[in-house]
Amino acid sequence: MIDSSLKDIAAALRDRKVSAVELATESLARIDAGNPKINAFVTVDRDGALAAARAADERLAAGNGGPLTGIPLAHKDVFCTEGVLTTCGSKMLSNFVSPYDAHVVSLLKAAGTVMVGKANMDEFAMGSSNENSHFGPTRNPWNTDKVPGGSSGGSAAAVAARMVPIATGTDTGGSIRQPAALCGITGIKPTYGRVSRYGMIAYASSLDQGGAFGRSADDCAVLLSAMAGHDPRDSTSLEQGPEDFGRECTPAKAQPLAGLRIGLPKEFFAEGMSDDVRAAVDAAIAEYRKLGATIVEVSLPNTRLAIPAYYVIAPAEASSNLSRFDGVRYGHRAAEYGDLNDMYCKSRAQGFGGEVQRRILVGTYVLSHGYYDAYYIKAQKLRRLIANDFAAAFTQCDVIAGPVSPSVAFGIGEKSDDPVQMYLSDIYTIAVNLAGLPALSHPAGFGTGGLPVGLQLIGNYFGEARLLGTAHQFQQATDWHRQTPAGF
Amino acid sequence: MSLSLDEVRHIAKLARLELAGGDLDATQAKLNGIFGLIEEMQAVNTDGVEPMSHPQDLAQRLREDRVAESDRRAAYQSVAPQTEAGLYLVPKVIE
Repeated sequence: MIDSSLKDIAAALRDRKVSAVELATESLARIDAGNPKINAFVTVDRDGALAAARAADERLAAGNGGPLTGIPLAHKDVFCTEGVLTTCGSKMLSNFVSPYDAHVVSLLKAAGTVMVGKANMDEFAMGSSNENSHFGPTRNPWNTDKVPGGSSGGSAAAVAARMVPIATGTDTGGSIRQPAALCGITGIKPTYGRVSRYGMIAYASSLDQGGAFGRSADDCAVLLSAMAGHDPRDSTSLEQGPEDFGRECTPAKAQPLAGLRIGLPKEFFAEGMSDDVRAAVDAAIAEYRKLGATIVEVSLPNTRLAIPAYYVIAPAEASSNLSRFDGVRYGHRAAEYGDLNDMYCKSRAQGFGGEVQRRILVGTYVLSHGYYDAYYIKAQKLRRLIANDFAAAFTQCDVIAGPVSPSVAFGIGEKSDDPVQMYLSDIYTIAVNLAGLPALSHPAGFGTGGLPVGLQLIGNYFGEARLLGTAHQFQQATDWHRQTPAGF
Repeated sequence: MSLSLDEVRHIAKLARLELAGGDLDATQAKLNGIFGLIEEMQAVNTDGVEPMSHPQDLAQRLREDRVAESDRRAAYQSVAPQTEAGLYLVPKVIE
């Protein structure tokens, strides 16, 4: 049943052909069978899931179910879940049982979803491979020697392995889109401010944005519609009411995308993409042309500056956000220490992994006396230029298309000792976060070694429904999103 | 640019991170790799460009000045490493 579309599962629940308890049991059984191979979960909440499923069944029996009532899901372990371990992939929070729910978690509980567990992730969402987790790397279900991408690697792998039909994630520099691409599923990061950051453990606050993973764009639309909305507890939450992001996911017809202008940024296609990714991306664009879309060339001239700008802004914000982990109020405290300062220094050195420490150090440096203008302000000026590039491009097209990742999933250990190589793989995703735009990744075929390739669609501000509707038309004409890795 | 070992020690001190002696060289090398990448920014002329701190240039919202939170001290302190009588315990800071 978990292999079905969300709408089919919801219909079966509503018609009482399957119960929420049966679905939760199926999901837990798949986790039991598959998780030893891919390590997608940090925590499995069996009792909580069955209790939530029983409550969902009561709601459904009373005729009060919604589109997500009784649907099993995984939350990325960055979201605080009351009474359930919330680690953020870090030793620092390896003992943190959250005393409250994130806004997203509250909304999805109210919608009647059944959380089966917390998904593995790069520590504090810093990484592109999931290798930075304190709880060991998640493995790609398509080939367990490969990374699933990151930082939401556990969420993406759990959906790809059909342990759950949907999962939450967060995207600060590509952390939803890149793992969605590498695991062969669909994932969307909405416009900055759509999804409340309350209770979403902060990495880089001006870039962090929650979003959705599912098999298809249609499934992502259902989940995102339930996650988004104004929350006064997040000062950057947009003051917008509920929205049906699936409203453009309309039935198939001839030339469904007639009139849609898809822009291809020439800088994305100039160099850097591996041949197999290029072939799949080109074929997907040809398919869009067949669906009636017009393809135009656009330019994002400052694309290459997105990586240096991001790796100033994100570490700067991280160094400030992560100063809260001091071994006093929550999280890890060193067993032995001298004075207060020594307690801070030892607790933080023991609690944070290597990549997190490096980003804190970079951020501390760029914000320190005498360097602020040369780095942080400079990066913010580049951020403006990058956002302006998109604004200019969107005068010529409705949606921008391109690759998500320069290559298919790479090997575990292949780049883990070279942060700069790892950062360079974010080239196609990072500019979107700097500008705050919505973007999704959908399956677009397979490359070397039978590993999935994703296509990225970038929309203008508040263009989620258009993006999801566009991807939905592609998915009605193709079946890449229906492929399942062998053994799952 | 390239950071000296003393600069790495200084940043670590500011960041309240204890770097063990052996880690220092490796950290220095990786940080210098990252700053090599970051330096590419300096080649671009950004004179007259307004810095962008945030995707939405919105004014901060204000709310009425009234109590909105309930007292959940016990729940919040249940996750603290060390508390006593409702207080967080840390090493002595005043002799």
